[in-house]
Amino acid sequence: MATAVLETGERETYLNREYGIKSWLLTVDHKRIALLYLMGITFFFFVGGFFALLIRLELLTPAGDLVQADTYNKLFTMHGQVMIFFFLIPAVPAVLGNFLIPIMIGAKDLAFPRINLLSWYLYIIGGILMVYTILNGGVDTGWTFYTPLSTEFLKTNVVTAALAVFVSGFSSILTGLNFIVTTHRMRAPGMTWNRLPLFVWAHYATSIIQVLGTPVVAIAIVLVALERVLHLGIFNPALGGDPLLFQHLFWFYSHPAVYIMILPGMGIISEIVCCFSRKRVFGYKAMALALLGIAVVGFLVWAHHMFVAGISLYAALIFSFLSYFVAVPSAIKVFNWTSTMYKGSITYQTPMLYAFGFIGLFTIGGLTGLFLACLGIDVHVTDTYFVVAHFHYIMVGGMVMAYLGGMHFWWPKISGRMYPEGWGRLAALLVFVGFNLTFFPQFILGYMGMPRRYWDYSHSPEFQILNVLSTAGATILAVGYLLPMIYFLWSMRYGKPAPDNPWNATGLEWMIPSPPTTYNFEEQPVVTWEAYNYDEVDKRREEVPVAH
Amino acid sequence: MANNVDALYIFLLVVSAMMTALIFTMVVFFAVRYRKRPGQPAEQIDGSHALEITWSVIPFCVFMVFFGWGAALYFRERRPPQTSAEVYTVAKQWMWKFEHMEGQREINELHVPVGRDVKMIMTSQDVIHSFYVPAFRIKQDVLPGRYTVAWFHPTKPGTYHLFCAEYCGTMHSGMIGSVVVMEPKDYEAWMGGGGSQPLAVTGEKLFAELGCVTCHRSDTQGRGPNLVGLFGKPVLLEDGRSVAADENYLRESILQPTAKIVNGFKPIMPTFQGQISDEQLNALVAYVKSLGQPANPAAGRNLATATTQP
Repeated sequence: MATAVLETGERETYLNREYGIKSWLLTVDHKRIALLYLMGITFFFFVGGFFALLIRLELLTPAGDLVQADTYNKLFTMHGQVMIFFFLIPAVPAVLGNFLIPIMIGAKDLAFPRINLLSWYLYIIGGILMVYTILNGGVDTGWTFYTPLSTEFLKTNVVTAALAVFVSGFSSILTGLNFIVTTHRMRAPGMTWNRLPLFVWAHYATSIIQVLGTPVVAIAIVLVALERVLHLGIFNPALGGDPLLFQHLFWFYSHPAVYIMILPGMGIISEIVCCFSRKRVFGYKAMALALLGIAVVGFLVWAHHMFVAGISLYAALIFSFLSYFVAVPSAIKVFNWTSTMYKGSITYQTPMLYAFGFIGLFTIGGLTGLFLACLGIDVHVTDTYFVVAHFHYIMVGGMVMAYLGGMHFWWPKISGRMYPEGWGRLAALLVFVGFNLTFFPQFILGYMGMPRRYWDYSHSPEFQILNVLSTAGATILAVGYLLPMIYFLWSMRYGKPAPDNPWNATGLEWMIPSPPTTYNFEEQPVVTWEAYNYDEVDKRREEVPVAH
Repeated sequence: MANNVDALYIFLLVVSAMMTALIFTMVVFFAVRYRKRPGQPAEQIDGSHALEITWSVIPFCVFMVFFGWGAALYFRERRPPQTSAEVYTVAKQWMWKFEHMEGQREINELHVPVGRDVKMIMTSQDVIHSFYVPAFRIKQDVLPGRYTVAWFHPTKPGTYHLFCAEYCGTMHSGMIGSVVVMEPKDYEAWMGGGGSQPLAVTGEKLFAELGCVTCHRSDTQGRGPNLVGLFGKPVLLEDGRSVAADENYLRESILQPTAKIVNGFKPIMPTFQGQISDEQLNALVAYVKSLGQPANPAAGRNLATATTQP
């Protein structure tokens, strides 16, 4: 094993092994592919974020005065499509999952390295179609593509947007497939299922959803395109179709898709909380089972998006019940993270700050989900800002917090450099404060009755004050997001060289150099220890103090 | 209804606030109490089955209270009382059209008397819209090609926001209106200005004009089923199924007569899909519903009879 004192320039790593654009675009190294994804994902995150800022600026005043109504509709549509399909769904699996899963299980790559590269190309082709859609005048279906609005009534680029989602969906399916096979077949000797880091379990559960769910949305989206182009009567009642059929197909994927977004984040948080508490995770088996439970039961709750859409009373009853059922494993996870901290030895580095933020915001997001699962309440608050606030607490408060926490945690491994800790903490604080200021007022707006997707609310000036707070929060949030991008880039050149294991963390990824070599391990690792054996790691460290 | 929803909301709010406070307190307390200190290493704990079961079962029981209470409320929100007055609604990009049983038509404004249950029978001419009155805590999507139903019981005179809550294209945020709740006598006065004919009467005339009456006779001799007293009753179909004759059944039978053939009759009725407007369809449905009702056909569903309601 290499020691911490080596300079990155002195030895061969996956980064300096080859140079030139070809060595990147044709690479089959999972770590390089992860970085390719990182670039795409970062690009789309800032594109989607830019749309979000324009939305918030428009809503600063009640009148629709900054952009036209059609433009506003395009902004929230493209914000949703870009963020969901090109950032939230791929972000953690395709960047951190891709980079870490083979290393965490002691393999030199994923099971299908070329398919992994193909996934990236599909993502990029989908991304190019999305960019083309944006530049060609945009699309205003709402990210949900509800019919018959999308199939008959809009004159924008619905088909190219649909195609973009369709193609990028295959990227997601192939990544999921790759992870499942890798987890089954590529584990190092001794790396039993019970020793897998929860990060790997989380991606395994996520992959199941990706493989089983994504084809359904792909079919639904193709049917939208077919109805739009060929006027087949599938969803449009005027042609003999059923608009609720689309909603069922769409949400059959798009509800589980929420778990595609959040489960990998849960995996990250488990790693971080254990490391910075210096503790084994509380209830390892319960945590792994909860992940699988969420993935399975998550498939059975989709119609809770449709309580006022015209489904039968009894269907609503069952979906409400199942929605409460899926909340139980989420609650288990929150309690277990909290208990992991009990009697720990806790430090507050940037990743841990994000983990604190995640636990708090995910709790609020989860609990407000209980309001929406509650039939009597949902009727009033669905399709209002209450829903907008709720899912942003899960996706931004939860998933993006976890993603940033993970990026800080593994950045030394990925880049071989340390990020500046002080700036990191500041950014984490800004994100937390900015996020709450942006989205908490929206819960109140929702209960007051402000519908979502409203360009103009001059009929209800009482909504303005909360919207002003929200826009102010979004500004802080934007700074909080720009900071890490700046200092991560800065650190690639000026950051302190990272030791192999800057956090004294457990896990195979911390036993290899930072950054790793192309084949990760010089010799096949054999695992003889349980996951999160912080007691053993810390004991060893006391016996042999490491010089810094 | 608004009070019931608010009561449940406050209950959820209090319970969630307690759960949030519990978790936040634990996180903050542990983070401070167990911060890294020299000579105090972490103490390893693997987990606890008892605790896992506790924090699965207790939340589940609490969730079931949410579920049960919410479901009970939903069943009341979704089922209009039999005696409700009815207002036919046609939504389109981007306006609301209302028609009272008395024949009054309104656009983007709905006048109702205080204290009367109002049942909205709604359909859309184009895309999906959603009828949302925040003050009444009710919302119901309005779909093309079928009826959906919402109801409310206004208790206080005033003017309340009406929003479209389902994104419906360019001027979605302009598809707004108001529900004006009036004292019964004011409502009578407002109503008096009309001079239009009741919806069921419009329907009756159409029923004759379109020739429906030749087959759907009020005796047993017609080539089509006798429609008197049909509404709300079960109908035995040719294939042995039995369906309830609700508004959607009547609608479908007019637009796609062959979709459900009544037992003992031939599929000979022509379709009226594309031949009549949504408003005309509403009038026909209102007329068929009025058949076989006691005395003044539509009075029971009139808003103006509000004064007799408690």
